[in-house]
Amino acid sequence: MADALLTIENLRTYFYGEAGVARAVDGVTFSVGAGETVGLVGESGSGKSVTALSVLRLVRPPGRLEAGSRIAFEGRDLATLGDRELRSIRGARIAMVFQEPMTALNPVFTVGDQIAEVVRIHAKASRHDAWQRAVEMLQIVGIPAPAQRAKEYPHQLSGGMRQRVVIAMALVMNPALVIADEPTTALDVTIQAQIIELLQELQHRFGMSILLITHDLGVIAETVSRVLVMYGGEIVEEAAVKTLFASAHHPYTEGLLAAMPKLGENRERLRTIPGTVPPPTKWPHGCRFHDRCPYAWERCLSEHPPLYQIESGHVSRCHLAEEPERRNHPHEPLVMHEVGGLGMERGGSGTGRGPRENSADRSARS
Amino acid sequence: MPSPTRVSAPADRLAASLVAPAMAADAPSLVTRRRLTGTMWWSLALIFLLCIIAIFAQQLAPYPPNAQLDIIGLKSRPPSGAHPLGTDQYSRDLLSRMLFGARISLSVAMLAVLLSATVGTAYGLISGYRGGRVDAVMMRLLDAFLAIPRVLLLVAVLALWSPVPLSALILVIGLTGWFEVSRLVRAEVLSVMQREYVVAARGLGASGPRIVWRHILPNVLNPVIVSATLGVGNVIILEAGLSYLGIGARAPTASWGSIFFDGSDAFQTTWWIALFPGLAIILTVLAFNVFGTALRDTLDPHQLAGDRAR
Repeated sequence: MADALLTIENLRTYFYGEAGVARAVDGVTFSVGAGETVGLVGESGSGKSVTALSVLRLVRPPGRLEAGSRIAFEGRDLATLGDRELRSIRGARIAMVFQEPMTALNPVFTVGDQIAEVVRIHAKASRHDAWQRAVEMLQIVGIPAPAQRAKEYPHQLSGGMRQRVVIAMALVMNPALVIADEPTTALDVTIQAQIIELLQELQHRFGMSILLITHDLGVIAETVSRVLVMYGGEIVEEAAVKTLFASAHHPYTEGLLAAMPKLGENRERLRTIPGTVPPPTKWPHGCRFHDRCPYAWERCLSEHPPLYQIESGHVSRCHLAEEPERRNHPHEPLVMHEVGGLGMERGGSGTGRGPRENSADRSARS
Repeated sequence: MPSPTRVSAPADRLAASLVAPAMAADAPSLVTRRRLTGTMWWSLALIFLLCIIAIFAQQLAPYPPNAQLDIIGLKSRPPSGAHPLGTDQYSRDLLSRMLFGARISLSVAMLAVLLSATVGTAYGLISGYRGGRVDAVMMRLLDAFLAIPRVLLLVAVLALWSPVPLSALILVIGLTGWFEVSRLVRAEVLSVMQREYVVAARGLGASGPRIVWRHILPNVLNPVIVSATLGVGNVIILEAGLSYLGIGARAPTASWGSIFFDGSDAFQTTWWIALFPGLAIILTVLAFNVFGTALRDTLDPHQLAGDRAR
C-alpha cells in the first residue's frame, strides 16, 4: 500500500434517538493510500454511508462522532477540526459524489452555475473565470457541447449526464480524495459502466484516491484494489480484491459472494443471506453476524470477535480464524427459526425451506 | 478526451428514446397546465388593472373623494350619467370614493401580505434550518400565537390605538398574519434539507448562510408565493371587516370595506352604495385566488409529480 492519505482510527458515529443509541458506525479503522481505490461494501444498514458522511463530518444531530474517533488527513485530524477549516477541506481536498443524480443537483440553478459555485467557494475566481472552469470541467467529464449544456437546468439532462455533472462538481477543485457513495446505483446498467469507466479515467488523469462505497460486488471487482466489508457498523473483513473473491474468510463476505448470480449458472432462485441487518440500536451480543451465520457456535454468541490476521493484508472478524475446522459443519442459521418457526425454540430443528423465501438480501442485486 | 463523449452520445440518445413513451403519457397533464396558465394570465391582467386604477385614482376620479357635493340635491342618488355609480348619503361621488378606496384596500392588503410573507419565511427558515431545541422553542411559541384569535387581537390592539394611521394598520395586520406561512416554510425547509443537493452543498464546502440563501430559500419560495396571493384576498376582507367595526380606515377616508359597510344598512333602498364596493371586493379576491391557485399548479413540483403518477 502506498503512503496513507486518509487514516481513520476507531471511528464511532452514534445517533441518539428515542429508541436508544444507534451505533451506526462502531469502531471503524482503515486507511486509503494516495492514488489508491478502496471499496467499502455491505448491505443497506451496515453503516457504510454513515462512515462516508462521518469522514467529512456531515452527520447531523442527533448523530455525532464519539470522542476518540480519529480521521487523519494531510496532517490534520478532521474529527476535531473547526467548522471553518472543515469547510475549506470539503469540496477542495475531499469531495463527495452522491447516489441520486436526480436530487443531488439543485433544480433552480443551471448546472454550470452549480459547478462554478464550488469554484467560487474555494478560489478567489471571478464569475467569468469560474464559469469557464465549469465548462472546461463538463468537457472533461465527457459532456458533449459543454458550453451549451452548462446553461441547462438539471431536469433537462438525462440521469447519466446528471451523474457526470455531479462528478464534475466533485472534481473541479482537483481534490486528493473522492468519496463516491453508490455513484452508479440509480443508473441504468449501461450508464453504470460508463460512469465507472469515467471515474477510472479521471483517476488516471488527476491521480486522486477514491473511496468507493457500494453494495454491488460487480462494480468492486472491476475497479478497486482493496476491499473493506462492513457489517453491523464494523469492518468484518479487509483484503486485496483478488484475495477477497478467491478466498473470502468471513461468512458474511462468503454470503455476499454467493448471492451474486454467476454466468453459466442455472439456478431457480437467487441465493440470499437469510434475515436482515439488525437495527443499530441493538446489535446482537458476541459476533454481530451470529444469528445469520451458518457456522455460528456457542463462542459466537458470547465473545465479540477481534480482527484476526489471516495473512498479510487480509484480516477477518471471525472466530473461524482460530477454529477453522468448524467451517466443515454448516447448519441452518438461528434467524431461520425465528422467522419461520412460530414459538420454536432457538436452535430447534426446522426445515428452513419456507423462511428462505421470506428473507431478502437487499444487497445482492444482480 | 473524446472517448467518453463518443460513448455517451448514442447511449444518451437511447435513453431519450426510452423516455419518450413516458412523455407521451404526460400529454394530458400538459394540456391542463396550459389551460391553467390561461386563467393565470387573465387574473394577472385584472390584478394589474386594479393596481393601475389605484395608482392613478387622482387622475381618474371625476370628483374629490370626500367632497360633499350637494347634501340636499345629491343625497343618495342612484347611478346616473354624472355619477356613474351614484352618490352616498353624504352626497359624495361613489365612483371617486371607489377609486380612492382601491388605494387603501389594495395597499393595505399587498403590503400587509408582503410583511407577513417575509416575517413568516424568515421565521420558518430559521426554525427549520437550526432544528433541535431552537426549532422546538420557536414552534411552541408559534402554537401560542396561533391560539389567539386574530380578529380579537386586532380589535384589542387597534381599539387602543386610535386614531389608527394607515402604516400601523398595515403593520398590525401584517404581524398577525405570518404564523401559517412560517409553518408552511418550516415544513418545506425540513423536506428540502433532506434532498441530496443540500447535503452535497455542505459536502462541497458551502457555509450555512450560503446553503440557506442559495439552496433552501429558492426551493421553499413557491408555497410562500402561492399562500401570499391567496392571503391578499383574505386581508381585503379582513380590512373591510375592521372598517365595519370602525377600527380600520377612518371616516371620511374611503376603503372598499368602509364604503360597503356604510351602505349595507340601507341596502334595500340605496342598494348601489353597498353593491359596487362589494362587487369590487369579490372581483379582487377572486382574481387573487385564481392567480394563486394557478400559480400553485404551475410552480408546485409535487403537483407535477402527482400528474405523472397518474
